[in-house]
Amino acid sequence: MSSLDGPVSAAALHDAHDIPSWGGGSLPYAVPSKKLGMWLFIVSDAITFSAVIFAYGYLRLAAADWPRPFVAASIANATVMTFVLLSSSVAMVLAVRASSLGKVSGAVGWLVATALGGVIFDILHIREWLGLIGEGVRPFHNPWGTPMFGAAFFTMTGLHMLHVTIGVFYLLVIAVGFGRRKFSATDVEVSGLYWHFVDLVWMFIFPLVYLLSAKTT
Amino acid sequence: MANMPMEAQSHHHTAPTGFIRKYIFSLDHKVIGKQYYFLAIVSVFLGMVLSWLVRIHLVWPNVHIWGLGALSPAGAPGGVISPEYYLSLLTIHGTLMVFFVLTTAPQAGFGNYALPIQIGAEDMAFPTLNMLSFWVTFLALCALVSTLFVEDGPPISGWTAYPPLSAVGSIAGPGQGMGQNLWAVSIALFCIGSLLGALNFITTTVDLRCKGMTLMRMPVTCWAWLITAILSLLSFAVLFAACVLLILDRNAGTSFFLPAGLLVNGQLQNHAGGSPLLWQHLFWFFGHPEVYIAIVPGFGVISHVLSVFSRKPVLGYKIIVICLLAIGFLSFTVWGHHMFLSGMSPYSGFLFSIPTLIITIPATIISLLWLGTVFGGRLRFTTSMMFALGFISVFVTGGLGGMFLAQPSLDIFLHGTYFVVGHFHMVMGVAAIFGMFAGTYFWFPKMFGRMMNERLGKIHFWITFIGVYCIFMPMHFIGLEGMPRRYSSFVSEVMQPLMPVHKFMTIAALITGASQFIFFFNLFWSMYKGTKATENPWESTTLEWTVPSPPPFDNFGGKHPVVYHDAYEYGNVQSGKDYVMQTDPAEQPARS
Repeated sequence: MSSLDGPVSAAALHDAHDIPSWGGGSLPYAVPSKKLGMWLFIVSDAITFSAVIFAYGYLRLAAADWPRPFVAASIANATVMTFVLLSSSVAMVLAVRASSLGKVSGAVGWLVATALGGVIFDILHIREWLGLIGEGVRPFHNPWGTPMFGAAFFTMTGLHMLHVTIGVFYLLVIAVGFGRRKFSATDVEVSGLYWHFVDLVWMFIFPLVYLLSAKTT
Repeated sequence: MANMPMEAQSHHHTAPTGFIRKYIFSLDHKVIGKQYYFLAIVSVFLGMVLSWLVRIHLVWPNVHIWGLGALSPAGAPGGVISPEYYLSLLTIHGTLMVFFVLTTAPQAGFGNYALPIQIGAEDMAFPTLNMLSFWVTFLALCALVSTLFVEDGPPISGWTAYPPLSAVGSIAGPGQGMGQNLWAVSIALFCIGSLLGALNFITTTVDLRCKGMTLMRMPVTCWAWLITAILSLLSFAVLFAACVLLILDRNAGTSFFLPAGLLVNGQLQNHAGGSPLLWQHLFWFFGHPEVYIAIVPGFGVISHVLSVFSRKPVLGYKIIVICLLAIGFLSFTVWGHHMFLSGMSPYSGFLFSIPTLIITIPATIISLLWLGTVFGGRLRFTTSMMFALGFISVFVTGGLGGMFLAQPSLDIFLHGTYFVVGHFHMVMGVAAIFGMFAGTYFWFPKMFGRMMNERLGKIHFWITFIGVYCIFMPMHFIGLEGMPRRYSSFVSEVMQPLMPVHKFMTIAALITGASQFIFFFNLFWSMYKGTKATENPWESTTLEWTVPSPPPFDNFGGKHPVVYHDAYEYGNVQSGKDYVMQTDPAEQPARS
């Protein structure tokens, strides 16, 4: 039987230091379920974004006439959007900090400020969309080159904008719930993970979509 | 932070009383597991009937099939299947089987039912999310089945939905309008359901194991479900993106998957800039892990069942776990072997061929360890054990075909033939189904509190086992002869001499399919009339056999189990028993 002993002795080794306990004990890896769930969601969502970004790269590399239409004003606008989103992430950090210190009104205030950053980002973004649509950019057509420019632009930024918009509602729900003591500091932290992730995705989209397509004169 | 698991579970400590909360929108993982199981049963029944129609059309193309004319007056006028409708039926057969049977029952069905009990948890980590994932999957099934009833029928593009056919719209043929849209929506929904489920499985396994249940004490089943969940989480996210892009191509005028100058049925398409190969990359990046999503839970069940009925510990538990992890990792590196025919550079083909051949090594090690587990055991030939042994047989047989297909030089000839059909049905379809059968006969007493009929089970096993070989082995040979797949008829004179083989396979498919009614009868009859099951009818060691059959709402009746032993301590006769329960405190530590 000695050849069958491997797993048993391995388990016995584990016992010395790693006995997860049921309900109220220490958690394995000290990760609360909600936080782990959010991390896993972020992993899968990041892969969805990666697939779309991969598609963009695949088609852009194959295209001979990928347009570079973004003039300085467009880049400036996108830079302001980036600044707003990054600032909202700072507000999010302060909200998480306030909530973990038990400062309810401070946490709610910072959460609302974060959501406000998201709203401003959305408004600037939609204004930009409308401007491009006014110039004749469609998912299936644009005045400058391969029609895939519009398709990739609207798909990537649209998917991201959807995430920001969902995030705004999510943060407001958390703010109201935390204000009424229905949600814990962990819930605020978990919503922060989501928000930072959405911010991080933009840090890929901004250079890939805007800076790579800046107008060169 | 310390009280998080209590927080996660505290809101459903009392059992619901109303019918709807108890059986329909239930938060109980056991009910949701059964819901998934029955969703798979409905899908597998429908998928099986579709496969009959497909097989019948191949050998008797002019036969009138009762009722089909009424279902689709255009696709099957007077009940005679048209070539296009043949492809429609093939598409729905494949989609149902791959997504709604092979992906749901082994993982979400048995996993939902048994995983929390086996690790000593009261429920999954996120019960509400669990309920949502089932109902989203149910909606996905509704969307898919509804394609049978829309005007021009289901799509004709197969379960892989290759563009340009799938992306250009109704001009491409019957079913490419509304049918293909519904298909894309169905699969996108299915992705969401699977992602939510995967997230839940991983969190549950990491966070909710009971006291003493270290990772290396988990039954192999739990490892298999965990690894499958990781594969689902990473791969369905890509398929979701692909489906969104496909929906945009079809409805928003984008051209992700459509090149310029495309002429479809004489009409120049107004698309430019995309690539059909992009879909193939995204689809198979999902599609290859999907093969393992279907089969890895089967690996877990088979390891478990073989050990229980051989009365021996799983041979090389740790090696099996490592091999499962290796398979999971490698499954993300081989998607290109589905695309050898796409015109890829021979160097790329070579690059994808190597890991494909390497992945057979952990699979072979696992198969040999199973034989080692059985070797020298005191075997108990229950139906569950028969299906487990049958699993090894069909898995090895099907897997051997994979070694041919892994090599581009051979695959370029074989890829478009029945060889591939025989291969993937054997290794992915039949093997995974055998895993489900083994799981059903094994866990039925726990799930429904009664025993299944063993005599009917044995009859079911032998007809199925011989039947699947009669159906799928000849496919390998006619594939070697060059019989192309996805053709609705073989008018070429070269192919005519092979028609008797097709007739043989069709008759075998009809008989094997009909024998599944023995199983359906056994399943439903035993639910109400079977002999009452005891707490531990198989003399098994894991936690689900320490609770009543069926278990109470919170699994352990308010008690918190503590685990002292490895999952497979069989063979040492102590106090009249040849097994030690995982929760047995008397003989700790296990073997030191």
